[in-house]
Amino acid sequence: MESTLHVRVWRGAKQGRYVDYDVPRSASQTVLDVVTYIQRRLEPSLAYRFACRVGMCGSCAMTVNGVPRWTCRTHVEKVAQDGTLTIGPLAHLPVIRDLVTDMREFFDKWTRARGTFAGRATRHDDFVRVAPATPARVAADAGIECIGCGACYAACDVVAWRPAFLGPAALNRAWTLVNDVRDDGQKERLRAVAGDAGCHACHTQGSCAERCPKRIAPTAGIAGLKRLAARAAMRGDL
Amino acid sequence: MTGAAVQAKLWYWQRISAMALAVCVVVHLALIVLAARGGLTAADILGRTRGNVGFAVFYAAFVIACTVHVPIGLRTIAQEWLGWRERASSVAALLVAASILVLGLRAVYAVVAT
Repeated sequence: MESTLHVRVWRGAKQGRYVDYDVPRSASQTVLDVVTYIQRRLEPSLAYRFACRVGMCGSCAMTVNGVPRWTCRTHVEKVAQDGTLTIGPLAHLPVIRDLVTDMREFFDKWTRARGTFAGRATRHDDFVRVAPATPARVAADAGIECIGCGACYAACDVVAWRPAFLGPAALNRAWTLVNDVRDDGQKERLRAVAGDAGCHACHTQGSCAERCPKRIAPTAGIAGLKRLAARAAMRGDL
Repeated sequence: MTGAAVQAKLWYWQRISAMALAVCVVVHLALIVLAARGGLTAADILGRTRGNVGFAVFYAAFVIACTVHVPIGLRTIAQEWLGWRERASSVAALLVAASILVLGLRAVYAVVAT
């Protein structure tokens, strides 16, 4: 292991440039450790976002050597190329400053995709019993661990081509709710996620599944939504 | 009918036509290889195709599958790569569909009619 890591970090907003820093290497060093070192020792005005540091909160995703990654769980030794790291903000989102993006559009799309649970039970009803092995629950479980980091959204080409496209994370969220037997908003949800701004715009290139740090495959859920929505449309229910 | 419903149906029909095309393309390629084995003069080919109802039905179906499949894909490409709006891309797609249908069926008729 070399003693120094050469790091290029994006400074500025939409307009800006990469600035070079040298950071000492250490064992098990993560990309977030590197950014934190720069902010605390070399560049106090550097803006970046993090919270939990253990891969739960989804706030520290950045573009590392051209690839969106959760930086708190990304080891430098696995991603550095020739002792160099290039760190920038996530793609497809407006940059507020340096490594911090404006995530509003990303989460607004979750709302647009009807990503909120619509229950029909009251306090007088008994708990719904959902067997873990049912196909619907298995499908929901496959997508439920999303931490909302935005790596899939930054990796998706369709988001770049169609700014209105809801994106993999919002559609994955919708898919988990489509498979929630307690949810009562299915028709509205299917209407919200169908069409050229929704699931039918996906080309199944799989960049989202490739980049998801939680190993979720949003393309699988999107394929499910396509089938359900097309079936509903052919029946005249959409 | 909502825009989303139209788009969902377009996706469905593109899928169905893709299934038809998968079969048509394989048969078509096999046919080319078989036809070329006995020489490739126009008279040879017309001798086999003229009055051949099976040939006419198969290639008419091929043309119809293309008429459905290709314009839906081109509409998407126009929107995503050229930045065309929905209306412009849909009109262009309909024109392409009409062209494929007319030119394709005309070609089938030309080799089948006696």
